[in-house]
Amino acid sequence: MPAHSSRFKEQALAAFASVTPTPGVAKPDPIIVADKVTRKFGGLTAVNVDHVEIQRGSITALIGPNGAGKTTFFNLITGFDSVNEGSWTLNGEQIVGTPPHKVARKGMVRTFQLTKALYRLSVLDNMRLAATGQRGESFIRGLFPFIWRRQESAITAQAEELLTRFQLIDKKSDFAAALSGGQRKLLEMARALMVKPEIVMLDEPMAGVNPALKQSLLGHIKDLRDEGMTVLFVEHDMDMVRDISDWVIVMAEGKIVAEGTPESVMGNQAVIDAYLGAHHDLSLDEGPR
Amino acid sequence: MDFLFITQQSLSAAIGVNTIIFALAAIGLNMHFGYTGLLNFGQAGFLAVGAYSVAVAVVSFDISLWIALLIGIGNSIILALLLGIPTLRLRADYLAIVTIAAGEIIRQVARSATFNDTLGGSDGITGKFGKEFFDLNPFTEGLDLPFLRYTPNDLWVVIVGWIVVAFILILMWLLVNSPWGRLLKAIREDEDAVRSLGKNVYLYKIQSLIAGGVIGSIGGFVYALSRQSVQPDNYGTALTFFAYTVLILGGAARVMAPIAGAIIFWFLLVFVEQLLRQAVSAGYIPEWLIGVNQVGQIRFMLVGLGLMLLMIFRPQGIFGDRKELALDARA
Repeated sequence: MPAHSSRFKEQALAAFASVTPTPGVAKPDPIIVADKVTRKFGGLTAVNVDHVEIQRGSITALIGPNGAGKTTFFNLITGFDSVNEGSWTLNGEQIVGTPPHKVARKGMVRTFQLTKALYRLSVLDNMRLAATGQRGESFIRGLFPFIWRRQESAITAQAEELLTRFQLIDKKSDFAAALSGGQRKLLEMARALMVKPEIVMLDEPMAGVNPALKQSLLGHIKDLRDEGMTVLFVEHDMDMVRDISDWVIVMAEGKIVAEGTPESVMGNQAVIDAYLGAHHDLSLDEGPR
Repeated sequence: MDFLFITQQSLSAAIGVNTIIFALAAIGLNMHFGYTGLLNFGQAGFLAVGAYSVAVAVVSFDISLWIALLIGIGNSIILALLLGIPTLRLRADYLAIVTIAAGEIIRQVARSATFNDTLGGSDGITGKFGKEFFDLNPFTEGLDLPFLRYTPNDLWVVIVGWIVVAFILILMWLLVNSPWGRLLKAIREDEDAVRSLGKNVYLYKIQSLIAGGVIGSIGGFVYALSRQSVQPDNYGTALTFFAYTVLILGGAARVMAPIAGAIIFWFLLVFVEQLLRQAVSAGYIPEWLIGVNQVGQIRFMLVGLGLMLLMIFRPQGIFGDRKELALDARA
């Protein structure tokens, strides 16, 4: 691992040194603070988070068994779903009820569990689309190429730089549909960076990615933090969680049941119970009846 | 069999008034369906609003034709907003349901007896409401070539019509190749992805609906002016579906597709009709098989068969890219 990378990791970890690993604990410099967030689907309470804070400039993993409410929590925070009650702030600003495109403009950009590459657009157009403040996106100004052409070439240069970094530059003229599943994940992450976000929310970035590409994706996620961005990601791959996250938040049945460094969380009884059931280590005749 | 006559009729239709009307309707649908993925099944409603705005304003309210055209454009914008504001936040299929119903509501209101005085009921409005337009006609004689034949008025409509179509196509080309057009195509592919990148999807869908609707209403102007008459039943669902046929025939999301589609569609329709008609009257087709009065229906069957074959062997249309079409399967 390059030396500079570990320096950022140490910085991030140092911020957590004084934080007690208990659910809902306060962080020294939170970018997101959420309170009493509840989302019900009929009789099912999918999310019921009392209090959670996400530390700025760190990589935070959100883990938990299937159906724990991780993706629903993502959808709520990013404005893709509406909450029953609760509130949360981004950089101290209330953003409850803000539509998703405005959330993105405020600096919080997400990716999706099922990758949303724009199939019948070229890889380069996927990237260029995401740039913010484009003059040519107005109906009238779009009609006059001389108004937006200069900005378009600046955007193209920026997009090509990112595509080079994510090793997709050879594919730039192909339709996004022609990419493999892993390459689509890379494209989605690169595309999110075109928005120049402060916090990137990755929903299962490793799902369906082959091991070779996994290493490269891990490197890219660490780079995001090293460039000063905050990363919050949902993941099932424990090796990945252990490898790259500075802090881990564990959800089960809609609630946050544990928080801590990857090492402390992996041995936490509440986490083992959440994944395996509370009585998994009892023999059948000892178990509750 | 008079093959010269058959050719003359078919070619005159291929670049004639109806081709222009259907091309404009399909250009609007191309904006909606081809580029933005909006399933608008009420394009006939936009043509009806354009046509009726002109006829009603001039005949019933005695307004100048040129102002009436502006009113028509304004009304089609209002219709797009009425349709779009409640439905574009919902899933795509709701727009399809609402638009097909809205198109029919417009037709039924136009033919209702209640508004007989202004909208003309089921007979529609016939009058010289295109007078100001035809006063400008420099042609005192029509066109009478071996392969092309128009009356003076039709010739004027055809020339002005194609200039308008060319102008709209240039605008369309500029738009779909701009960042604005890229946004529409992205919305067609996946709305949520576009939202997650900070774009106001709803706003762009409304803009697309308005732009395509206004183009459709210009088709309605041509429909009304060329015939100096509007009839409600011309603006039924069949008009919308023929416009879709024209679009798919040319290849959706291709700027020139509606033109090629409309030319082929009208050429085939008239060619088959004239051929059958002459073959029946010359006795090549026995009376017990196809009567003269059945030719009108039979031609739609044969053209329909031809279109089916085209869709089976060339599903991407004339200009489309088969590989691109295959991507739609979301592999």
